[in-house]
Amino acid sequence: MLLIKGARLVDPSHHIDKKADILIDRGKIVEIKGSINVRGAEVLSATNLILCPGFIDIHTHLREPGEEFKETIESGCRAAAAGGFTAIACMPNTIPPNDNPSTTRFIMERARMANGVKVMPVGAITVEQKGEKLCEYFSMKQEGMVAISEDGKSVMNSGILRRAMEYAATHDILVISHCEDHNLSGKGVMNEGIFSTRFGLRPVPVQSEEIIVFRDIAVSSLTGCRLHIAHVSAADSLFHIRRAKKKKMRVTAETTPHYLYLSDDMLSTYDTNLKVNPPLRSRSDVQALRKAIKDGTIDCIASDHAPHSPAEKEVEFDIAKPGIAGLETSAGLIMNLVNDGVISLKRAIHLMSTGPAKVLGISPNSLTVGQEANITIIDLRKEWVVDPSKFFSKARNTPFAGYKLRGRVLATIVSGRVLYSEL
Amino acid sequence: MTIPRIIKKGEFAHKDLVSMEQLTEKEIYLILDKARMFKEISLRNIKKVPALKGKTVVNLFFEPSTRTRTSFEIAAKRLSADIVNITSSASAVVKGETLLDTAQTLMAMKPDFMIIRHSFSGSALYLSKIVSASVLNAGDGLHEHPTQALLDMYTMKEYKNRLEGLKVAIVGDIAHSRVARSNIIGLNKVKADVMLVGPKTLIPTGIEKMNVKVSHDLKEAVSWADVVMMLRIQLERLTEGLFPTIREYSMLYGLNKEILKNLRKDAIIMHPGPINRNVEISPDVVNDKRCVILNQVENGVAVRMAVLFLLRGAEKVSIEQ
Repeated sequence: MLLIKGARLVDPSHHIDKKADILIDRGKIVEIKGSINVRGAEVLSATNLILCPGFIDIHTHLREPGEEFKETIESGCRAAAAGGFTAIACMPNTIPPNDNPSTTRFIMERARMANGVKVMPVGAITVEQKGEKLCEYFSMKQEGMVAISEDGKSVMNSGILRRAMEYAATHDILVISHCEDHNLSGKGVMNEGIFSTRFGLRPVPVQSEEIIVFRDIAVSSLTGCRLHIAHVSAADSLFHIRRAKKKKMRVTAETTPHYLYLSDDMLSTYDTNLKVNPPLRSRSDVQALRKAIKDGTIDCIASDHAPHSPAEKEVEFDIAKPGIAGLETSAGLIMNLVNDGVISLKRAIHLMSTGPAKVLGISPNSLTVGQEANITIIDLRKEWVVDPSKFFSKARNTPFAGYKLRGRVLATIVSGRVLYSEL
Repeated sequence: MTIPRIIKKGEFAHKDLVSMEQLTEKEIYLILDKARMFKEISLRNIKKVPALKGKTVVNLFFEPSTRTRTSFEIAAKRLSADIVNITSSASAVVKGETLLDTAQTLMAMKPDFMIIRHSFSGSALYLSKIVSASVLNAGDGLHEHPTQALLDMYTMKEYKNRLEGLKVAIVGDIAHSRVARSNIIGLNKVKADVMLVGPKTLIPTGIEKMNVKVSHDLKEAVSWADVVMMLRIQLERLTEGLFPTIREYSMLYGLNKEILKNLRKDAIIMHPGPINRNVEISPDVVNDKRCVILNQVENGVAVRMAVLFLLRGAEKVSIEQ
């Protein structure tokens, strides 16, 4: 038995915000009361801390199988626990990609062996992510796949996408879209504008994202398939998402902490840790996204955890791999936004926990008796400095190194087991 | 990895020259003044001074180049430095060695200067952060080519006696030109007026914010300008769909005898080379009295001598011993 005492319980989806003790037994929440005392229970003191439903990361890259030097399912799970996540969805762009039931099964088995946070594989839309032939969505779903995504690219052929979405809809499978018109992006490596012109880096216009956001919403409308727009980076994309939501379409969207903090003007250093896809946009896009996480246009925050080895980042900007190792900074960056008054604590918890669960269509973590004890404990006031050398992830690639943040994850509990604790 | 920064004092306090962006107006004029002194050396019978005697210069060229590499080599030799050329036609990536590894290997041999040309923007800045040698940017991707801008400005000043208020039209592929970028930044600093000319496909987004005028009409620009700078059109741009044919490009943006009628008598025509005859410039224009392309080349050696001298030689040696 695990007894957590003195925390402020915050679960926006159940309108819970109160100080109470919480008792966990055999993986489940068994009692929530003002004061609980049980002999023999392990006690965690959480006075002045926030206890909330466990965070879920809808967009990570675990690199296994194929690129275990960057990350493994095991190291990724430990990084996730340290970052406050009780469950993570992992993208299919491994080597080989997760485009068949046996690879899905392999990932599930490795996750069971890692025995950490829950791992929810996302399958590819097409075989080898080539945009040609549909994968066996139904069989992959039976192995534990939660959604499909071409991850890192768009299915450029709208005809193929239409069939994929129709077939996915048949089995009520969510399609997660990386939105990028590859012909428009060309060899581009940063956002198009005055800064790409000044720095001489090949540009990617915001329209490269916007066009595919619009197209995929249109194909969702045609097929009735659930659609989730991954890592929205541009204000112009939000317009189309708002319109779809207004029409009550089954369209959701995520953004990442880096699009809420970083902008293209920062690339004057050519720091490859700032290279992401889609690229960092302008300051006004950052402001628009900050508004969109508040007003509900954006449904959830995703880390887009993209671990890379130093050898892939310590090179010229053009050839550096895009991505940020985000699992261990995501929650801190979002809690920091709460302290900065950008969003409320309730909204932040929604974006990190209930939001992603709803998008995926899985049962959300909650602080109610009888529910599985998936819990994240936060100190909203704790100041800390991002130090990549302390990451549990194998990767160190983050532009947030040295950032002073307010708000930190102190413990992560999955099915009643304390997987991470600074308490 | 970080290396301790060499803090230099005095009138030119830089370890490296990676961009025009890093220079103040005063520093630009300082380089041009020093270049004037060095130009005289090239006219002597014995074209050598001991200013950089005992210093080692590495010419690290990851892109094919004849004129810039030779110009740096002659500049270094006239200052008595020892120079080695490393030319890699294939990029480091293809060879399997990263720029970081190449830089560290070379640094183990203790060069004082590294002159880099590379096809990726930001590579000179990156190199300057990982080596203790003075890094000179001889062109990084689409970003900058500072010594070209300095020699261009030297040439403008030589012919027009001033830079402030000078009207400079830069014509052609602005989007892919580091020469254009460095000139725009440098000319802005000395308060010259810049007009960019080309089709929209070759004018990069947001460039108006760099304090330049943009025109799609060569005739208009030529009538306005004190200086017309033609840029080389890379034939590969054709396959990228940036203009339909060489014929039409040349018709609209090529400098020919007809267009030249609109150019002032005291104006000058420049080109960073190598020229594409009958593409951006017609042969009779090359022979026009106002064409100063070869003078640019001559001044290039002087300007590069000045930059090499200012970066490392200044505290310890003087030109004449």
